[in-house]
Amino acid sequence: MSKEKMFEINRRDLMIVGAATAASTGLPATAYAEATPEAVVKPDDLASLDDTLKSTVSFTVNGEKHELSVDNRTTLLDALRERMQLTGTKKGCDHGQCGACTITVNGRRINSCLTLAALHDGDEIVTIEGLGQPDNLHPMQAAFIEHDGYQCGYCTPGQICSAKETLEEIKAGIPSNVTKDLSGPIEATDDEIRERMSGNICRCGAYSNILAAINDVKGQNA
Amino acid sequence: MRFDKPAGDSVLADTKVIGKPVHRVDGPLKTTGTAPYAYERHDVAANQLVGWPVGAAIAKGKLKSVGTKKAEAAPGVVAVLTTLQFDRLPLSQWNTANLFGGDQIEHYHQAVALVVAETLETARAGAAMLEFDYAPDTEASFDLSKTAPTGDEQPLSDVGNFEKAYADAPVTIDVNYTTPAESHAMMEPHASIAAWDGDEVTLWTSNQMIQWDKMALATTLKTTPDKVRIDSPYIGGGFGSKLFLRADAVLAALGAKRTGKPVKVQLPRPMIFNNTTHRGLTEQHLKIGATQDGKIVAISHENKSNALPGGSSEKAPAPTQHFYATDNLYCINRTAEMHLPESNAMRAPGEASGLMALEAAMDELAEKLDMDPVELRIMNDAKVDPSNPNKTFSRRHFVECLRTGADRFGWSKRNRKPGDTREGAWLIGHGVAGAYRGAPAQASGAEVAIRPDGGVVVRTDMTDIGTGSYTILAQTAAEMLGVPVERVRVELGDSRYPVSSGSGGQFGAVSSTAGVYAACVALRKKIADELGKKHDDLTFADGAVHAGGSTTELKKLTRGGRELSAIDTMHFGDFRSEKYVVSTFGAHFIEARVHSLTGEVRLNRMLAVCDAGRILNPITARSQVIGAMTMGAGAALLEEMAVDHDRGFFVNHDLAGYEVPVHLDIPHQEVVFLDVLDPVSTPLKAKGVGELGICGVAAAIANAVNNATGIRVRDYPITLDKIVGKLPTI
Amino acid sequence: MRAFSLERASDPQQAAKSAASHENSKFIAGGTNLIDLMKLEIETPTHLVDVTQLGLDKIEETDEGGLRIGTLVSNTDLAADDRVRRDYPVLTRALVAGATGQLRNKATTGGNFLQRTRCPYFYDTNMPCNKRNPGSGCAAIGGYSRQLAVIGGSDHCIATHPSDMAVAMRVLDAELETVDPDGKTRSIAVDDLYRLPGDTPEKETNLKPGEVITAVTLPKPVGGKQIYYKVRDRSSYAFALVSVAAIVQPDGTGRVALGGVAPKPWRDEEAEKALPQGAGAVMDTLLADANPTDDNEFKVPLAKRTLAAVLQEAGN
Repeated sequence: MSKEKMFEINRRDLMIVGAATAASTGLPATAYAEATPEAVVKPDDLASLDDTLKSTVSFTVNGEKHELSVDNRTTLLDALRERMQLTGTKKGCDHGQCGACTITVNGRRINSCLTLAALHDGDEIVTIEGLGQPDNLHPMQAAFIEHDGYQCGYCTPGQICSAKETLEEIKAGIPSNVTKDLSGPIEATDDEIRERMSGNICRCGAYSNILAAINDVKGQNA
Repeated sequence: MRFDKPAGDSVLADTKVIGKPVHRVDGPLKTTGTAPYAYERHDVAANQLVGWPVGAAIAKGKLKSVGTKKAEAAPGVVAVLTTLQFDRLPLSQWNTANLFGGDQIEHYHQAVALVVAETLETARAGAAMLEFDYAPDTEASFDLSKTAPTGDEQPLSDVGNFEKAYADAPVTIDVNYTTPAESHAMMEPHASIAAWDGDEVTLWTSNQMIQWDKMALATTLKTTPDKVRIDSPYIGGGFGSKLFLRADAVLAALGAKRTGKPVKVQLPRPMIFNNTTHRGLTEQHLKIGATQDGKIVAISHENKSNALPGGSSEKAPAPTQHFYATDNLYCINRTAEMHLPESNAMRAPGEASGLMALEAAMDELAEKLDMDPVELRIMNDAKVDPSNPNKTFSRRHFVECLRTGADRFGWSKRNRKPGDTREGAWLIGHGVAGAYRGAPAQASGAEVAIRPDGGVVVRTDMTDIGTGSYTILAQTAAEMLGVPVERVRVELGDSRYPVSSGSGGQFGAVSSTAGVYAACVALRKKIADELGKKHDDLTFADGAVHAGGSTTELKKLTRGGRELSAIDTMHFGDFRSEKYVVSTFGAHFIEARVHSLTGEVRLNRMLAVCDAGRILNPITARSQVIGAMTMGAGAALLEEMAVDHDRGFFVNHDLAGYEVPVHLDIPHQEVVFLDVLDPVSTPLKAKGVGELGICGVAAAIANAVNNATGIRVRDYPITLDKIVGKLPTI
Repeated sequence: MRAFSLERASDPQQAAKSAASHENSKFIAGGTNLIDLMKLEIETPTHLVDVTQLGLDKIEETDEGGLRIGTLVSNTDLAADDRVRRDYPVLTRALVAGATGQLRNKATTGGNFLQRTRCPYFYDTNMPCNKRNPGSGCAAIGGYSRQLAVIGGSDHCIATHPSDMAVAMRVLDAELETVDPDGKTRSIAVDDLYRLPGDTPEKETNLKPGEVITAVTLPKPVGGKQIYYKVRDRSSYAFALVSVAAIVQPDGTGRVALGGVAPKPWRDEEAEKALPQGAGAVMDTLLADANPTDDNEFKVPLAKRTLAAVLQEAGN
């Protein structure tokens, strides 16, 4: 097998070493802060696949109807992130071990990495993009900012989706592992919130602040 | 600009924005999922292909062949790159483990192939079709306890005569501690998109150190740095794991070169633990001698830690070199060369592991002396650097940390004897530990400009890995130029911007704010020149420059729709390290509970008191500390990458097997900042705090467990299997 | 993940038929374990039968005074059901001790029984594993085995079953209802569902090809104090090192099953007769044949002490 001859250096290149501090960067203003992924479905690359290996699925995402032809293997997470470019939902582990991909389907929070897009025909999906936008924040998003309930921001959309559902689940009387009395109404204690949020790992360790944010929203709802 | 002597009293004496609780400026993006991380940048390059990496199935040996035919024929597959198709790629000074190329396998999950395909699904399926044939090296050593160190290490500190002083000491302890390999386990996996334009490559990636990454990628791709652009505006956590060029970036660049299209690569989570770096294992031996009344007369801290051949190991005795006063000090770090994956920096490298041993050993000494462990530490506070008595500490308020913490925590009401305090089946214990972490600063540059609309923009290749760089840099520019924080736009992580310190070693915040300070001073001087005034006569406030009764709005300083810009770099003079030890200090207080039957350990409350110079932003600084306390809790109770000593790899290599703390593990946390200025550190008189927060936490927890139960676990993490057999029988 | 065709089943027998007629097929419902394993190519089906639309998502009372739980009832709904909370609280407790809110919303009752082991060597396709790749050997024996079985394993496999729910189902004497491709139904006790590894660790259950679980029935409530105590390192979102499901009657008699120690929920009706004599008496029989590794020998005393904690709680 012949070795690939790549990246041969010529003498001229060797002499041009950037000195970034030497002059004004002179770059056009970049637009990171404004960059919002558009909810455009990318044309699929499924031509190479047999028809039996793909499915057509239609579901609602954040109130908007979408029809997609998907590789049967496509997870709901990858359909959102790769096909629909709704990248607010994050992939932290892809194996249901971190919670970064939490979204709600038909009003219940799930790990979108562990479900196939093809199995969600007719479902109503809500992602972080559906909760609020930078200029129109959901109260939970605002509370996360107020209480600094995040650092790197990568687990944050999943935390916020989970936080919202945590309060809903308590209100609905769904028990958790720290619920003392299974027969009565459930109080949204700190430990109830912590336990229910335990499926969302934050390695930056913002847990205390996330709890404060959720308690804040809980207070607003009371 | 040079920082050659301590900042005068008048420098930033009365700040309006720096040091104030400003909410993160990137909050609206992060909470709405609109902050773009590396793998999701669909906007930067059209027609991206997906690369799926494959890691080696053995820890050491030779890859004989790779069968690629099936994968190449699979639907959607565009290209298959194997390590055998390349010569071993050269490595920069920052890398140890081979990243790609050649047939030699040096550690488990070393990258050996990349399958590039039209979609993620087809790439992943293609990767599984590759057929590898290995010749494993059965001689390799993977057990630290059975691996001899290289033997050429010099002591880190050797002051006085330890052996004699220890032999003469009336009270001694001689203890061994171990800490396991830990994984950074940041939430965003390593990821890169690469695109070539002729012989120039752009990497949209996730990296803490843009300049290092650029230089390293140039080396590895055998090109020159000017042909490489790195862009990393948002980073989903790093903790040291993203300090260096890693396989995702190299593979994306190679895949893009091969296919002529942009290629994106994300390391699959189960590959990260063995493919990337980890905090090395340590075997620490501590000997402390003291007088009957608790005065320490001798300390020896020896450590052995793993590294790949030629790599660096976990320098656990680092904190002991500077923490407690003693005339007789011996510290040495020994490296055992092994073929586990690459050990390298993780949050507070050296200090975090070292204090897990030292601060537990101090507790053992206090117990032996029957002393309050707070008082023992206060009595032995160092006034000069124990490793070099000619040096003093720039500022050191360790005693105040301990006293403040003891007061806030209610230390006087602590549990006195194991078993004395119970809540039902749970035994309650209290523990304290000191925290020490060096506070380095690195040269850092920035461009600061007035925009035509009168707003300000800051550009630097500094990164924000969750640390709050966007916010504190905006605060710095707002302070210096007299505009509200909302009028400052901060652009980070692009290698086209001035070179900054980057994020690491607790130097990022202090260095990069100093760099922005320098650029602001340069811009102010430029403005003074434009206005024909003296720089010292200018006041910047309310979006305008005021000088001798005249006021000029900032936007009037720009012309022709162009920015008015200045660039400068802050360089730190040697005085900082020649005359001083510049460090941060803290104290951690923990209440833990241990189940008297099952040995489960849970935390009731955590308190940290920090002496870290000026706190640039109490909101983001507090978050750094609570996060570090959380990671410290993981180190104490949960985190261990288990080594398979025969097969030579970390077995529990996913986020289910490697347990990091979850919400329910973390109780109420309190953080107190002494907020005392350190003019030796930087013009902002600040020091880092993000790594201080993890230092000592685990030992405080160990001490609390011991206080609750009388059981001293010296092999971290303190899991119930190490406790349950020692609890009273039932 | 290998490419697969996907078929939506309309009734249980048809689902069973489809599954049986494809050589390499799997049912998919919640998918929370199967998709995880398919991504790693530990499971490599080429045909999936989607059973989510079978309508088997009801909990009904049986003529015998018990409950019949449809196989598709989610773990959340099962845990939250008022009748389960009142009459079978150990089941609710076990369910909420498992996984997370997100996973319980998706995971189904039938699927929970059929979870595969979390042995780290089973999860790493580079490693020998007799369960994943029969005849390749077992890397866990002599490897890192802290979480693995102390009893019921073999020289070929020491994997544990990860379910919490199944431990409670075992202690409640639950039975599974199934349909096979011929439309024949049968009921299987939880203990008979699972096989011990022996020399065929790849065969984990006694279900026949295509046989699909349609429901789980619980007998009439037995009352008593019902406790599920799960011991783990992390306080949540972790598999059990040891778990105890217990039903303790006012006279001190009762039932005990263990999780986290064996290839299936571990219960012995003889051993639990000693419950009035205390935890030690039960465990001395229940774990008499324990054969732990150096890594997991702590589980034997831990199981005893955890039962002691349960009895303490039951006494309060």
